[in-house]
Amino acid sequence: MTVTGPAVAPVVVPEVVLEAEGLTKHFPVRRGLRDLFTRDRKVVHAVDDLNLTLRRGRVTALVGESGSGKSTVARLLAQLHRRTDGDIRLRGESVEVHGGRAFRAYCRRVQMIFQDPFASLNPTHTIRYHLTRALKIHGRAGKNSAELEQNLRDLLLRVQLVPPERYLDKFPHELSGGQRQRVSIARALGADPEVLLADEPVSMLDVSIRLGVLNLLRDLKERLNLAILYITHDIASARYFADETMVMYAGRMVEGGDSETVTQNPAHPYTRLLIESAPDPDRLDRVGDLRAPEDQGSGEPPSLIAPPTGCRFHPRCVHAMPKCSTELPPRFELPVVDNGQSHWAACWLYEEGAAK
Amino acid sequence: MSVKEPVLEIKDFSVDYGLGDQGVQAVRDVTLTLHRGEVLGLAGESGSGKSTLAYGVTRLLPPPGVISGGSVIYHPPGGDPYDVMALTDHELRAFRWAETSIVFQGAMNSLNPVHKVSTQMLDVIKAHEPDLSPQARTARAQEMLKLVGISADRMDAYPHQLSGGMRQRVMIGMALVLQPQVVIMDEPTTALDVVMQRQILAQLVELRERLGFSVLFITHDLSLLVEFSDRIAIMYGGRIVEEAKSADLYKDSLHPYSEGLLKSFPALRGPRRELSGIPGSPPDLRGMPSGCSFHPRCPHAFDRCSDEVPLLGIPSARNDPSRSVACWLPGRVPVG
Repeated sequence: MTVTGPAVAPVVVPEVVLEAEGLTKHFPVRRGLRDLFTRDRKVVHAVDDLNLTLRRGRVTALVGESGSGKSTVARLLAQLHRRTDGDIRLRGESVEVHGGRAFRAYCRRVQMIFQDPFASLNPTHTIRYHLTRALKIHGRAGKNSAELEQNLRDLLLRVQLVPPERYLDKFPHELSGGQRQRVSIARALGADPEVLLADEPVSMLDVSIRLGVLNLLRDLKERLNLAILYITHDIASARYFADETMVMYAGRMVEGGDSETVTQNPAHPYTRLLIESAPDPDRLDRVGDLRAPEDQGSGEPPSLIAPPTGCRFHPRCVHAMPKCSTELPPRFELPVVDNGQSHWAACWLYEEGAAK
Repeated sequence: MSVKEPVLEIKDFSVDYGLGDQGVQAVRDVTLTLHRGEVLGLAGESGSGKSTLAYGVTRLLPPPGVISGGSVIYHPPGGDPYDVMALTDHELRAFRWAETSIVFQGAMNSLNPVHKVSTQMLDVIKAHEPDLSPQARTARAQEMLKLVGISADRMDAYPHQLSGGMRQRVMIGMALVLQPQVVIMDEPTTALDVVMQRQILAQLVELRERLGFSVLFITHDLSLLVEFSDRIAIMYGGRIVEEAKSADLYKDSLHPYSEGLLKSFPALRGPRRELSGIPGSPPDLRGMPSGCSFHPRCPHAFDRCSDEVPLLGIPSARNDPSRSVACWLPGRVPVG
């Protein structure tokens, strides 16, 4: 019997907009008196050797616990921090800017949405001011006031704040959390960017309105063909919202691939632990057995000043082998399950490439 | 838990913020019973009054919060029930912590940073049981820390030397150190990562089995409650809109708000569905909608909803005394 592989339809891979290669960020630790005579300068290994690709019209989720370095990644991509090593390429062109004209030009194409809409809008200014400023800075205010007015209305319509007149002259405190987050999305859209970096855009919002904001972002992605980086600690929302999901642990990526594959067939022990630990009402049989089965350690991530050697997860991993504590696992491609999407994990368990 | 013995009965409880025209009603006519040994989940969005209820019940509400009505009957084991609202200051001081303790929101930051964990813990025991010898106090504190999974040599650590999860464990240990009958937990794990959250909750379940206290667990994370608590009460706009056993609420919620809330959590397993959340935003306490406060956001609202406030009662369609709902939809109106 001859087995012919299924005729794989040529998958149209959308073009790459923003790319990070070997991205690394170390923050220096302040030296105390005791360190006066030592040579070694301690650093926090916030992000190490991270590869990431954002494509047009796709949402990439970056999932991790607090302290895993996911927000640092967003800030590096937004050029708010200088990187220690590695490269960031916007449409194939390496970029490194700090401030000034070049930074502004970069901002025009890569915009960020922050976690807390209560803090990211100035309480003393109206919504009109916030949006006008964004439009003016990025040269999209129009030639006269009528055009500006039309642009402002368009922005608010885009984020479904209707009718726009009702919101334009309001102050941030007069709006609810969800409306405020929509305003900050509108402000980001004011630059007409190609990339949106959304750092936990819904975690400060009420549960009942989170999905509304996520659905809005998805709708914008489709209409404006945006590349979105969605940073979150909630892996269930990554499954719901993102096309592709990457999992980060202690400054390193441990697994990545198509969202559905990563969440339904998690490969890396850490991803499995994360999914096991997430609240899941469908598994009521688990009541009374709340302990996470895959965790050896105290449930805490390691210190990033002196991260564990080899795989950073090995002190907590139930599958740890001697090799895990000495050698850093590279990315291993995993067998494709069903939909032709790539899936990889940085774990020695998959060294042979054989499915477990 | 075959015999359902109440330990804390909240009756027609109301809390206002401010007085007169400026006042807003944050909690309105809440009636809720906590039974011995159970975990009762209280879910709702921010501003629904769930934390206010918890602080009101323990009389910890800072001004301008005013308890405008209702009673809270506490049933001590083997003693006569009494009304917490009628206690004198002195009695109240003895009641708090020894009978009912609270783990606050962001509890990991509610430890005093300039005192050692041991000092803070021993202080509590000393205040409530002054007759105990210092050795016995230390032994009690150590035992409690061991129960929550912290080794005794961490006793003399300062809070900043402990991680967030450990601080949270210390707080839970402190809440349990006098073996109270009721522990109120106000979003105890919101600031923690999911892995740590599950560990701490597992420990809590274990401790509850061993020590037999009841928990009033307040959170906005309904999916967590469904897994973790025995019964769930859902609050919206200061009122309880539905109360049922966790499994019943999850499988067969009756109030449109509970239904919407359950549908606001994307699932990790099963088919990927398009979800919509709930349209609109949570109500503003200063301008509460008339009638049922959920009616402007409700997909099934009809005329009666905006005119009359629905009362919490056993729904006519389910002849089950363990559940109640406040909704005008057919089949949900109380019997009789």
